[in-house]
Amino acid sequence: MMLGNCATSSSLSTTSDEDIVNNNLTALVVDDSPMIRKLHDMHLKKFGLKVQVAENGKNAIDLFRCGASFNLILMDKEMPIMDGAEATRELRTMGVTSMIVGVTSLDSIFDRQAFMEAGLDHCFTKPLTTENINFLLQELNKNNEEN
Amino acid sequence: MDLVQLQRQLVEYRTSLYHEGFLDEQYTQLQELQDENNPDFVVEVVSLFFEDSERLLNELTKALEQQSIDFKRVDAHVHQLKGSSSSIGAQRVQKVCIAFRNYCEEQNVEGCLKCLQQVRHEYSLVKTKLESMFQLEQQILSAGGSIPM
Repeated sequence: MMLGNCATSSSLSTTSDEDIVNNNLTALVVDDSPMIRKLHDMHLKKFGLKVQVAENGKNAIDLFRCGASFNLILMDKEMPIMDGAEATRELRTMGVTSMIVGVTSLDSIFDRQAFMEAGLDHCFTKPLTTENINFLLQELNKNNEEN
Repeated sequence: MDLVQLQRQLVEYRTSLYHEGFLDEQYTQLQELQDENNPDFVVEVVSLFFEDSERLLNELTKALEQQSIDFKRVDAHVHQLKGSSSSIGAQRVQKVCIAFRNYCEEQNVEGCLKCLQQVRHEYSLVKTKLESMFQLEQQILSAGGSIPM
């Protein structure tokens, strides 16, 4: 699977995802389901990212308050204590510029729109697919090139 | 049964699960994530799915037994079940969840109860089938073989 034109020092392999140099990228998976956390964690690790997980919006915020930073945040919508929309709003208010991607089983356009308006860069329906991640990494690498 | 026969049986069984709609493409993606560094990944994720589902089914049963049913709560549980079943590719469970949510929206008690029964049934079917498949895989590995893709 080709990731596209990422300017890196190593040559791109046309066959293996793991050869793509993404290991300077970090991600945070925020979801209250242990199953989804495990799944998304593995998906991202396969692409070489360093991944951390958080159980709900509040834990995610706390991580940032303690000085952690991530290139990518995968944010579930429905979570106890603090949901994805509230956490996203809070993070943006705190000045977080990471790419925040909503991952939700919400199928109403109205609900997705509301979630996007909280400050998401993108929103995908669960389950996350390899294509989704490919796309996100392309976007992330594009942003890195522009800096 | 010898190794080759076991492997053939596994491939046939797995193919039938896709044909009968028990599993979909998402399960394939799950398998593709497994590697030598994480040889039990699929079984681990599916076990989490079983735990999650059983908890949700219990919550649903309780919620629908109430005198005055909180349909928002019921919907929230079904929504979760829909999300997790679609994430591992348990297509038939996911389909019932879609119908279930419609009944929740209509606040149709009978419809909800019927769907609860259906989703329990579909869940127990896919659980049994996945467990059988894992057992076959284990037999192959114990016989020194590898799992055919």
